[in-house]
Amino acid sequence: MSHRTQKIPFSSSATKLIRLSVILMMVGLLSGCKDVNWGWYVVSPFTNTGQTNLQFLLGGLWNTVLLSFTAIVISVFIGLVVALPSLSTNKHWRMVNRVYVEAIRAIPILVLILWVYYGLPVVAGIQINVFWAGVVALALSDSAFQAEIFRAGIQSIDKGQTEASHSINLNYPDTLRFVILPQAIRRVLPALGNQLVYMLKMSSLVSIIGMQELTRRANELVVTEYRPLEIYTVLVLEYLVLILIVSAFVRRLEKKMGANVSA
Amino acid sequence: MNTQNTTDKNTVIQLTDVSKWFGDFQALDTVSLNVQLGERVVICGPSGSGKSTLIRCINRLEAHEKGTIIVNGHELNNDKNNVIAARNEIGMVFQHFNLFPHLSVLENLTLGLTRVRKFQKTEAEQIAMQYLERVNIAEQSHKLPNQLSGGQQQRVAIARSLCMEPRIMLFDEPTSALDPEMISEVLDVMVELAETGMTMICVTHEMGFARKVADTMVFMDTGQIIERSAPEQFFTEPESQRCQQFLKQILQH
Repeated sequence: MSHRTQKIPFSSSATKLIRLSVILMMVGLLSGCKDVNWGWYVVSPFTNTGQTNLQFLLGGLWNTVLLSFTAIVISVFIGLVVALPSLSTNKHWRMVNRVYVEAIRAIPILVLILWVYYGLPVVAGIQINVFWAGVVALALSDSAFQAEIFRAGIQSIDKGQTEASHSINLNYPDTLRFVILPQAIRRVLPALGNQLVYMLKMSSLVSIIGMQELTRRANELVVTEYRPLEIYTVLVLEYLVLILIVSAFVRRLEKKMGANVSA
Repeated sequence: MNTQNTTDKNTVIQLTDVSKWFGDFQALDTVSLNVQLGERVVICGPSGSGKSTLIRCINRLEAHEKGTIIVNGHELNNDKNNVIAARNEIGMVFQHFNLFPHLSVLENLTLGLTRVRKFQKTEAEQIAMQYLERVNIAEQSHKLPNQLSGGQQQRVAIARSLCMEPRIMLFDEPTSALDPEMISEVLDVMVELAETGMTMICVTHEMGFARKVADTMVFMDTGQIIERSAPEQFFTEPESQRCQQFLKQILQH
């Protein structure tokens, strides 16, 4: 219990994990090195080619981050809006929520990305670039899960909270905004963090329509250097480090917000 | 049985033949009850007798299915404006306090003052502090509810209702969730409130409190009002056998 109260989340626990995973990976690679003809020079920080290649690989980082974060912001917003009718006493409103969630949840993300990029221009006559096609597909796909997370969070709040706010005549929007959502969001924060990590990983799928993010960059480098093992190993590490950093931030946020209530 | 009422201009709550079901279970069975301005009614009865449902219907936390409920001239029905108008007159205190756990004690009070009664923040805080002083808890105003004892939380809940300046207060078993040593601090606040002339309807088993403040005792069982009488008569010579039995049981120890 005692270590939970210490303020360590970012600097040490994350870097420890990173170090550990790098070491494990090295051990794994070294153990098999007799049979494999390694070519680490392609990504070596000590050679000119290696530096250029690493720079090229890392050049996708900003797009991965921007894509994921834009998509998660939109999907949280849509998720919240879609979750609200599920709380209604009117069954038609609840049906709206159900249909949306079930329909969107049933589409594989990769299929949705392809459909938004190649299908939407034909069907709706709107041409969007790869970035926004990726954002739209990721956000839509994720919003169904966000909606379920918010529904669960809101429904977990004691009925007495709504009754108390009714008894002082707070209207429904105010009840949601000042009473229910602040408590519900705090409860679903671990699940939202989960979705953020998931989103960072799923953004790799947008490489299929040519989005210059981490995975696409790695794929392109593999084609020219013909060293898939080394390059994809770097790719794995890129995602690992990125996600460990994001996870540490989410945990920090959780602690900050949770500290307010669990006292 | 003395369930018939007289209606005059001082009647603030008027229930006529109110019935309510939860599925097949009839929670209220043709209940009629009039409450006058300034009257203090204590409702008791065995669990499941419908007493909580009855007062929850009065500010429409539950919707009744038959009969009429009129609060200060506003009939409670599907017209939202009537319900809002009625709730403006009514404050409610719950068994489990239902304070907002993410807001400080002060914010629990100011939320309604700023959002419903449209006071500016500083003005709302001044009003809130007055009411917190009234229930002797002003020094805790910046704490979160779960940093307080149960008795303190319930007093905050009473202050939260009172600061909206209701004419009628409903108490739904306000001391049932409290440790024994905290009951009296809450009852003291309620007695003080009664002395100010507030119209009160209390569901409680605190018979000492009932003797002290009640103008009218109501005994309920199986969704019906079995007995309605003045406290002297209620405690000394209850008419119905069920009421006699109930009083014998709860006054045994």
